[in-house]
Amino acid sequence: MTTHTLSVLVENKPGVLAHVAGLFSRRAFNISSLSVGPTSDPMVSRMTIVVDGASTRVDQVHKQLEKLVRVLKVTELAGDEAIERELALIKVRVKPELRAELVDLATSFRANVVDLGSDTIVLEAVCAPGRLDALLEQLEAHGTCELVRTGLIAISRGSETITDDMPDAVREPALIS
Amino acid sequence: MEVTGAQALVKSLECQGVDIVFGLPGGTILPAYDPIRSSSLRHILVRHEQGAGHAAEGYAWATGRVGVCMATSGPGATNLVTALSDAYMDSVPIVAITGQVVSHLIGTDAFQEADITGITLPITKHNELVTDVERIPAAIAEAFHIASSGRPGPVLVDIPKDILQTQGPWAWPPTMDLPGYKVPGAPDPSLIAQAASLIRQASKPVLYVGGGVIKSDSHAAVRELADLTQAPVTTTLMARGAFPDGHPLALGMPGMHGMYAAVAALQESDLIVALGARFDDRVTGKLAAFAPHARIAHIDIDPAEIGKNRRPDVAIIGDLAQVLPDLVTAMRAEIDANGPGDTAQWRATTDGWKHSYPLRYAQQPDGPLKPQHVVERLSAMTGGDAIVVAGVGQHQMHASQHYSFTKPRSWINSGGAGTMGFAVPAAMGAQIGRPGELVVAIDGDGCFQMTAQELATCAIEGLPIKVLIFNNGFLGMVRQWQELFYDERYSEVHLGTSIPDYVKLAEAYGCVGLRCEQAGDVDAVLEKALAISDVPAVVDFRTHDAEGVFPMVPAGHSNDDIVLGPEFTATEQQAAARREVLAR
Repeated sequence: MTTHTLSVLVENKPGVLAHVAGLFSRRAFNISSLSVGPTSDPMVSRMTIVVDGASTRVDQVHKQLEKLVRVLKVTELAGDEAIERELALIKVRVKPELRAELVDLATSFRANVVDLGSDTIVLEAVCAPGRLDALLEQLEAHGTCELVRTGLIAISRGSETITDDMPDAVREPALIS
Repeated sequence: MEVTGAQALVKSLECQGVDIVFGLPGGTILPAYDPIRSSSLRHILVRHEQGAGHAAEGYAWATGRVGVCMATSGPGATNLVTALSDAYMDSVPIVAITGQVVSHLIGTDAFQEADITGITLPITKHNELVTDVERIPAAIAEAFHIASSGRPGPVLVDIPKDILQTQGPWAWPPTMDLPGYKVPGAPDPSLIAQAASLIRQASKPVLYVGGGVIKSDSHAAVRELADLTQAPVTTTLMARGAFPDGHPLALGMPGMHGMYAAVAALQESDLIVALGARFDDRVTGKLAAFAPHARIAHIDIDPAEIGKNRRPDVAIIGDLAQVLPDLVTAMRAEIDANGPGDTAQWRATTDGWKHSYPLRYAQQPDGPLKPQHVVERLSAMTGGDAIVVAGVGQHQMHASQHYSFTKPRSWINSGGAGTMGFAVPAAMGAQIGRPGELVVAIDGDGCFQMTAQELATCAIEGLPIKVLIFNNGFLGMVRQWQELFYDERYSEVHLGTSIPDYVKLAEAYGCVGLRCEQAGDVDAVLEKALAISDVPAVVDFRTHDAEGVFPMVPAGHSNDDIVLGPEFTATEQQAAARREVLAR
């Protein structure tokens, strides 16, 4: 079992998320995370879907996604060829005397303190997937009382873009130089 | 030009070339039924929306054109669900149009509201809730394009009542907006050459012909390929008729109830050429033990079928209508360059299996009536010229096994979904699509009772379908499994043969009802039924209740565990297991 990251461009139309989510349910595929947002083209949304499974199984996910009418493009982003990030907001219960230690820990993970309560701190962390898990493990000792994660987003390294081989009609607008 | 959404819908269907719509009106679809009155569409008023769905399927199977069904919101729409699921599993091109509650009531649990796009999401190729009257022509055009292109399938278009009532602009043809919809393009010539070379080199090739051959109308090219390569041919349940059963290379149906020769040939093959087939579990048996020595050349229009169940050695993604003629040309070139392959020994082996282990059943002159006998008589009397329709179960397997098919689109059944109640409404759709031709539904008594109400529709529309009920008083296939795998502990499978009285039921529906209880009467009763040309004829065949379907590969077992059945001796069964050819 390995983790695979799929970048999926979809038409920004009602019901698209249901079609994608429904496909995963129908084909008994497991999603470990899914995040959706608009792209620079208002007609197109981008999903980043992380799935666990053998590569033959993921190949099947990929092909079945391609068949959805509202799906424009599916690419698998290999970990070493992509930048992967996840945002987490973490509320930690902390005694005043340990607050400085916690802030030091956060700093070492480049996490920011975004709220300070009388006995809690909210941290904002943007990390590569493994690193976020490491931070959470460290924080566990302090007592994490609430956690929210966005799910992974990813983009390829280098000059290639996801729309490179797509017809112009569905290409994202060119950058203004 | 301004028209209402309802008018736009009906005009779009007309422009799309639709002539037949199967449906049943209700509250939210009402606006569409007004312009239908003055349109060129022939609307067939069914008695249950499931009947409309299966009729649209039968029409599509029989004609190759898109079948259309229409229903109202809520229960009208949910009654289409079984048919949509059936069409999805068997890649049948149908378009379903459903009314939806008025836009501002969606989500409020309004009267007859159901989220039909949500419900049918996993059983349609695509669906859409239309939210703007201007969208109607494009939504309909797209639905037909999606349903009929690539790997065909069902598409549902859900239209709220207020959208049907709103005025909007009318123009045809509309611009389709499907930037993400992909249909495979021209096949890769190097892969075709590779496949041709593999076929020529194989010493035990088998053509594994699936439903895609019928859908792409490429039966003639399959025939050419077979004649050229002298490779034996199996036709799956979805492909019966794609290759004539009387052809010397025909091995018949493979799979759980397949011919021994077809099953054994695939198991022993060194090259399986899969043409529009999907390595379904009912064909492969236990997948890990399927055709262990075979290389695979897989040709399919759906990329997701490649490698889904069995990893191919050569995969060609494309429309068989395009790929097969190219493959035939490449095959000729391959043979010209390197000489023909040698399948003589292999053919002798498969012919030996055909002769040693044929279908076998025992019809005693005074004994119980065997369903196989009825099918064989029908086959002989119609010369393989009828359009045969079946549901699911023993009757379906007996029909597929014993009817000698001669041409494509003459076999219609519920393959992947295994839908009880498919036959009568599907026969209705087939008869409307092919008027003047002989349409015979072979049905079980269990199946028949699920959708028998469409006899009323058939009688009123003057559709002379024949319905041959194999009335054994049981849910026969379930009974067979209980006999074999549950120590004959029969649980909830006995229906009884006399209630309802099928002859009276047929007459009550305005059909001709006949009964046949003895083998000696089969010909005379069939003759009588086949001669009726104005209303449906229903024949209550009282068939043997303990008759099973054989050969059989028990579910989950390897195809090597094929059981020939009670008409074969233990010696024969053992010889078959060793794949020996017995002296003739």
